[in-house]
Amino acid sequence: MTAALRTQAGVLVEQVVRKFGDRVVLDHLDLAIDEDELVVLLGPSGCGKSTLLRLLAGLDEPDGGRIEVSADRAIVFQGDRLLPWQRVLRNVTLGLRGPDADERARKALAEVNLAGREKAWPKQLSGGEAQRVALARALVSEPELVLLDEPFAALDAITRLRMHDLVRALRRKHHASMLLVTHDVDEAIALADRIVVMSNGRIGDAHTVNLSPAEREASVAREELRAALLSDLGLASQH
Amino acid sequence: MALLAPPAPASAPSHPRDVFLPGNSQRQSRLGALRRRLRWPLGIYTTPVAILFLWEILARAGVLKPTYAPAPSDILTTTVELWRDGILGPDLAISLQRAGIGLAIGLAIGIVTGVLGGFLRTGEYLFNGVAQIFNTIPLLAVLPLFVVWFGIDELTKVLLIAFGAGVPMYLNLFAAIRGVDQRLIEMARTTGAGPWRVVTRVLVPGALPGFLVGLRFSLAYSILGLVAAETVNADEGLGFLITQAQTYLQTNKVFVGLVIYSILGLLADQLVRALERVLLRWRPSYEAV
Repeated sequence: MTAALRTQAGVLVEQVVRKFGDRVVLDHLDLAIDEDELVVLLGPSGCGKSTLLRLLAGLDEPDGGRIEVSADRAIVFQGDRLLPWQRVLRNVTLGLRGPDADERARKALAEVNLAGREKAWPKQLSGGEAQRVALARALVSEPELVLLDEPFAALDAITRLRMHDLVRALRRKHHASMLLVTHDVDEAIALADRIVVMSNGRIGDAHTVNLSPAEREASVAREELRAALLSDLGLASQH
Repeated sequence: MALLAPPAPASAPSHPRDVFLPGNSQRQSRLGALRRRLRWPLGIYTTPVAILFLWEILARAGVLKPTYAPAPSDILTTTVELWRDGILGPDLAISLQRAGIGLAIGLAIGIVTGVLGGFLRTGEYLFNGVAQIFNTIPLLAVLPLFVVWFGIDELTKVLLIAFGAGVPMYLNLFAAIRGVDQRLIEMARTTGAGPWRVVTRVLVPGALPGFLVGLRFSLAYSILGLVAAETVNADEGLGFLITQAQTYLQTNKVFVGLVIYSILGLLADQLVRALERVLLRWRPSYEAV
């Protein structure tokens, strides 16, 4: 079986079923994410993207099938979910142990361009800054797998573009498998190594993205990919 | 250039418009600060002080009889006299001691049960029903029962105060712990924080605002309990001072006792406010205009 080959994979999902009452949200879904690969899971609201991500995070249990993920994983949620009663630095050290925790947190904050904001309270941060702290909190433990649940959905368009640059920069430093859930086609094209589209509780089409950063911004290949993704999402007439 | 100019008003402006300018607000803020200072020179104490002034004037004018409500200055001199005679000091000390011991017992029980009830389902089943029942029983109604059960000595008084302080602490702490945002707990667990971290960094600080509400009620109720307890068979303490003064129709002495009770209440409030300022700095709260 392919499973033997993929024991090193970041994520291995086989025939997973998840139901809420009578409603089948995930219907024998398969997904594999390689080491160091960034997979974008694209789909409309309510298609079960977040349900799948919660299963991978271990926050919910599947009703059938098998999930294998790295135990060394971190999650970036849709909202920043910062503890309002802890300063920024303490928010980042939440899951850390050891005497070098503060130092590592400082480094992680510097990586997301927040050096010097360690002592701020979460209420003093802008939306983009708060989400960057959440990103630092996830990356500070050097996880093998990072799960991102529509992490930039609540940010404005300009901040979102900056966050995309930041994610690309972070990927050069941290080697981790990533699964990013989004409903934003442009975000998917900007970041993904592979885009999988979810429909009817399963992974439908997959697109491997072999484009340079410049090509991701503007190129014929980009427009073709965008058109293909929109057609996968059932929005073919819009392009 | 012409394109950059705003379009000329086609007609007279019919909609009201707001204009905000920097200089305007600065001048206004300085003026506003002065006006606020003049309007509320003593902050929250403005109204009590104003009432005292009015009271003093009415008493001096002879509108209020001394047996009815003696002038504040009269109450003050009586207080000083009582203190000099060595009556007030020991009475106040014994009252504070009762309140302190009762409060300590009540808070200890309220906090321990509140934490257990908040964290554990078993704790909730064990304590919640009893606490809800206790909550509806008035302090004054259990006083006669306590006298029968625990006698007429210190024990009854201390336990009554503890009862008054413990119940609101339990209820508020329980609700506060259960009210901590589930999403934050979930987040903390995914970062790899252990149960101890989740308790100390998420649940305890998250429950702190509710805890302080509980503390406010506990302090207030412990003083209420003190008043109730000390009216029963006391031979020392503030309550005794009041009862005795009542018997001899010494209204000014009754007022001395009342004033001291109210000062205790005020101090309790100030204490909690100070704690809130330090412990809840992180909270983006509404600051009234």
